[in-house]
Amino acid sequence: MRRLIVVVLAFAFLAATPARAQLTIEIVGGAGTTVPIAIVPFGNESSWPLGITGLVGADLARSGLFKPVDDAGIVPRPTRAEDVRFGDFRARGVDAVVVGSMRPLGEARVEVRFALLDAVKQTQLAAMTYVVTPAQFRATAHKIADVIYEKLTGDVGVFSTRIAYITKQGTRFELVVADADGGNPQTIVGSNEPLLSPSWSPDGTRLAYVSLENRKPVIYVQSLATGARQVLANFRGSNSAPAWSPDGRRLAVTLTKDGGSQLFLINADGTGLQRLLTSPGIDTEASFTPDGQALLFTSDRGGTPQIYRIAIATGAVERMTFEGGYNVSPRATPDGKGFVFVRRDGGRFMIAIQDHATRQVQILTPGPLDESPSIAPNSKLIIYAAQQGARGILAGVSSDGRVKQRLVSPAADVREPAWGPLPR
Amino acid sequence: MRKWILAALIVAAIAGCKSTEGDKAAPIEEGAPTATAPAAGSGATTAGATTPGVAGTPAATGTTPASALRDPKNILSKRSVYFDYDQFAIKDEFKPMIEAHAKYLQANRGARATLQGNTDERGTREYNIALGQKRADAVKKLMVLLGASEVQIETVSFGKEKPRREGHDEASWAENRRVDIVHAGE
Repeated sequence: MRRLIVVVLAFAFLAATPARAQLTIEIVGGAGTTVPIAIVPFGNESSWPLGITGLVGADLARSGLFKPVDDAGIVPRPTRAEDVRFGDFRARGVDAVVVGSMRPLGEARVEVRFALLDAVKQTQLAAMTYVVTPAQFRATAHKIADVIYEKLTGDVGVFSTRIAYITKQGTRFELVVADADGGNPQTIVGSNEPLLSPSWSPDGTRLAYVSLENRKPVIYVQSLATGARQVLANFRGSNSAPAWSPDGRRLAVTLTKDGGSQLFLINADGTGLQRLLTSPGIDTEASFTPDGQALLFTSDRGGTPQIYRIAIATGAVERMTFEGGYNVSPRATPDGKGFVFVRRDGGRFMIAIQDHATRQVQILTPGPLDESPSIAPNSKLIIYAAQQGARGILAGVSSDGRVKQRLVSPAADVREPAWGPLPR
Repeated sequence: MRKWILAALIVAAIAGCKSTEGDKAAPIEEGAPTATAPAAGSGATTAGATTPGVAGTPAATGTTPASALRDPKNILSKRSVYFDYDQFAIKDEFKPMIEAHAKYLQANRGARATLQGNTDERGTREYNIALGQKRADAVKKLMVLLGASEVQIETVSFGKEKPRREGHDEASWAENRRVDIVHAGE
């Protein structure tokens, strides 16, 4: 509960304007098996124009792992776990049931209770109570969806997380932060020059990004709470590809100040610059491994761009990709098991995932111009930029390649997605 | 003879772009010392370039006027170096123009220039930033060999972020694989 309030407060202080173009997410390919789930409208829910169960169902459906089942015909609708007659739900093929109620507490506060039941085993899996204001209904719905997702799949839910992305409309570029479902979009930077490479601080309070507003790439770090930003790196030449360390204290960046694109570490306040490697070619696109001990990066030291790993303490470098002539943009998966990246094959740019243990590569997307993969904090879903006709769109794919989503914006070109951390 | 030296220098510059060390042999080692030769003497395109005696004098006394940069009849008005897909090698056709800009900087030691590298839309954004940088660095390397000073030139990259042509065809891509020479104040 305290967490929820903190999240909502952070939004309240967000010095930002609502973005015009809200993303809507469509499922374009589902998992082989989905859990049939009945989300019964909560008791008293219709007293508020914006309810909760609709958002919970939409979250779960979008994950591609659940199939919301209509509860129509079950009278009276149960609102408490003890009122559920499991036979009614089993007759409709339902495996899981969500019931709940909402009650005004005065001073615009509302008590929201819900319970998640296993209709097959006829047991209760979870029950929670929240006290919130109507302005927090969206956040509450995402929280409930997270609980249901976690109980039924065993993985952490990411419905309460946020995403950042860049929009381009005409000559206008905006860096937008939105809820993971595309709702509540807020523009945090607007510019007439390109913006790229947004990267979340691990605590979700700041974004690093690259702006060309000074006729060259310069890295900024911006607070989401205040909107204030500071220059992280503006050295001679190009400054790009920021990536936060898991402890949030420093970033890996690519600088050309000493010639060539080379990797450096820099403290989050812009001090303590330290060169990491010296190579004759391109080294860029660093991504910390979850333990913070190593970086994955792209280098053309071997003649073609491939993915390498450097142990920070020793400087030992190891090549990670061997198939194909173009493997770039590595992003370590949060579970430490591997990395996603972009592979070019036959002129097509596709998102792929490689497992550390087996070195097996799985191509996850069809291309032709897929790039900028970013992984959800539960390592289960990857958001990336794709081209649809002449337009840039965002798309999602599960890390097993089965669930496919498309995030549609009504007007703008959308690119450079970055999945934020779990709320703390 | 002079042309011959220049040709050798260009060869040296290109060799330098491709391999870093290695060839201890002839072209690079010999090229570097002679790099001052055209500077001292002549410069076909920068007639009246500074003599060795005035080499340390501040910019304003340079003998190539800044207006030459905007004279459409002057080769200095040409600014774009084009590249093949995935390549950073400088094609012969652009060398006279690059040399003219190098000589201009040599003659105007206070002058500064930025080389802006660009790529076509294929490839990822950050890797293309690095590719564009590599192209700009290749042009800088040649300009320094031809008489410009290291401190006069900043190389930056826009990657695929600022395409001159927005199309998704080979003609647009070819136009966007480019380094632009931008003189300070422009």
